Amino acid sequence: MIAAIICVMSLAVFTQFFVWYCRSILAPSRNVSLSDRVREVTGIVSQDVAPDDFNRLLQLVRLCPERGDDRSEIRAVGLYYRILAILKGVSIMAGPRVAEWADHERRDCSYFAAVALDRRISYSRDLFTQQISDRI
Amino acid sequence: MLGPLDYALWCLGVLAEIAVVVCVIRTKSFLRYYSLVFYILCDAIVTSGLFYCVHYYGYSSTQYAYFYYYSDSLLTLLLFWAVIQFYLQTFEEMGASKYIGWAAAIMIVATAIFSYAVVHQNRGNLTGRFVVELGQNLYFVGVVLTYLLWGAILKLRETRMRLIQLVLALGIYFSADAMAYALRNLFPSLEPMVLRWIPPIMGVWLPMAWAYTMAKVPEDSRLAPARLMVKAQ
Repeated sequence: MIAAIICVMSLAVFTQFFVWYCRSILAPSRNVSLSDRVREVTGIVSQDVAPDDFNRLLQLVRLCPERGDDRSEIRAVGLYYRILAILKGVSIMAGPRVAEWADHERRDCSYFAAVALDRRISYSRDLFTQQISDRI
Repeated sequence: MLGPLDYALWCLGVLAEIAVVVCVIRTKSFLRYYSLVFYILCDAIVTSGLFYCVHYYGYSSTQYAYFYYYSDSLLTLLLFWAVIQFYLQTFEEMGASKYIGWAAAIMIVATAIFSYAVVHQNRGNLTGRFVVELGQNLYFVGVVLTYLLWGAILKLRETRMRLIQLVLALGIYFSADAMAYALRNLFPSLEPMVLRWIPPIMGVWLPMAWAYTMAKVPEDSRLAPARLMVKAQ
């Protein structure tokens, strides 16, 4: 009986802590506004990014030269996004509120990917400018 | 018999532990996180001890089982010390460190006495169901302590992002291990297939998450924890 109670309570606490931890990684990117350059490249027009855009944005991120300091964050958020995608898939049974919540979180993940892309584009431009100035 | 995945998790764990110590020293935060570093170093020593036991006595030996479960319990108690340091940091502006110190000391001593009493009573049956129950209870105390700490962080509007991430990572670690031990108690048949992987994975998770926080989050970085609690509109 005690083991069952501990198991249920620990599962509930684990889920909460996991979601809060992932949000703590996503939160700083929410303070960053997307540049016109990245909006032009990705075709994002509004302030929000669509939940399903994550994979497309991640592909674009991978096309840019690596900055080296964002790899672990991108990997962690990618894992969180995949878990949310599974949750969204099974949310038909759990009800529309779960699907709504999963979409909200996935939107944050997509926004994070857009910010990462923006940083990498800036980095590539800096690299390019540096190369040009070195040649001159 | 241990497989390549076991050894890979061991190596990853030790590397992550080294990374935590290096990051703490590099960011000149040793005095602020000395209990955390001490725990990490003890964990690394225990991991080496486990490797030694497996190498000389074998995975199924009594020596390995005793060493694994008792070192795990001691490390959990040691981790409570790190939790207390997080409490002290959270309440430092209120000047309540003296009371927290006393409360924490009483709590640790009480947990140690309780654990000793339980171990003493069950000394004839130390490698069976008992050790799993002891581990489950110790980890659950950790879950409760971390959850209360998180409540205090929210109530006091603590905004230090580094502290927030360290506490959240700890919460994940304690709750996953408490859940794994409780499930082992409920369904012993699940142990060889699924549950035996959770403690080593969490053993990698905690130092990795701490190393990430120490390396990527500056001490002056701020985050309102209320933002993490926002529900979907």
